Amino acid sequence: MIDEEEVRRRQRGRALVMAVLLGLFVILVYAVTIAKMGLALS
Amino acid sequence: MNSAAITTRVPIADWRDFLALTKPRVMSLVVFTGLCGLLVAPVPIHPVLGFTAILCIALGAGAAAALNMWYEADLDAVMKRTRSRPLPAGRMDRQAALHFGVGLACFSVLLMGIATNWFAAAILAVSILFYVFVYTIWLKRRTPQNIVIGGAAGAFPPLIGWAAATGNFAALPLLLFALIFLWTPPHFWALSLFVRSDYEAAGVPMLPVVAGARATRVQILLYTLPMAAAAVAPWPLGLAGRLYGLAACGLSLFFLILALRVLANRASDPAGMKPEKQLFAFSILYLFAIFGALVLDRLA
Repeated sequence: MIDEEEVRRRQRGRALVMAVLLGLFVILVYAVTIAKMGLALS
Repeated sequence: MNSAAITTRVPIADWRDFLALTKPRVMSLVVFTGLCGLLVAPVPIHPVLGFTAILCIALGAGAAAALNMWYEADLDAVMKRTRSRPLPAGRMDRQAALHFGVGLACFSVLLMGIATNWFAAAILAVSILFYVFVYTIWLKRRTPQNIVIGGAAGAFPPLIGWAAATGNFAALPLLLFALIFLWTPPHFWALSLFVRSDYEAAGVPMLPVVAGARATRVQILLYTLPMAAAAVAPWPLGLAGRLYGLAACGLSLFFLILALRVLANRASDPAGMKPEKQLFAFSILYLFAIFGALVLDRLA
């Protein structure tokens, strides 16, 4: 038996962390692409 | 349904529990040795790609730790040191830990391959598989040699860092592999001497449980000697300079003195195992300092 408010709080926390991580992943993939393109051109 | 409570048999883990599953403290040593392997490589790597390589090593180590906790939930539940971890404490479902570990492992290997090269990605994959299948599933519950052979899993990061930068192997990263491989038994046996009752209760055949404290203390010294040789070897072989050589000699000599104090200790009660606790604490500092000295020597 888990308090509903606690479940919602944990779900919100996980969703927020996942959103931040996905955002960082997008930035990382963009940076890796730019870096590899730069290396290929040089 | 009652609006105030939800009936569920599956615990909803907090994001902090997933983070705990990756053993962040252990990861710091893995990341540091991987970073040093990357920094001492003769080929410079683009900072973004270098950062991504280290991130992948960290994620791979986290994945291996998560899968280790998934498999060892029953052992962790009976050991004082580990019973508050997310799975034995009942804060997380086992299947969630398995999915998290497998997903993170695949992600880290694929990202490493895409960002750097597939040789580094392959070594990362081998290190994760070795830790999970060879150490955790095969050796840990069967033989007191568990951490001797299993120690290889923790020795891979400098090789991966080097391979990420160069795409191949060389003598120096192999010596660094040997150093961590030979460092692991004295490090873990020092710990297992003063938490012996925990391993005994869990039925893990660590050396002090199977062979006793005296034999373990002898083995600690016997492994310290080749470990010190592997630490100093890059200097006479011309793979590192005087700064590293002197640091490696001094640190290894101090390690040896602590190992001799452990050998001289006759205590069987953890309260009397100050030399073992000192050796365990110093062994962590030792590895950080040796690898740090190697990077400083390369930069100097």
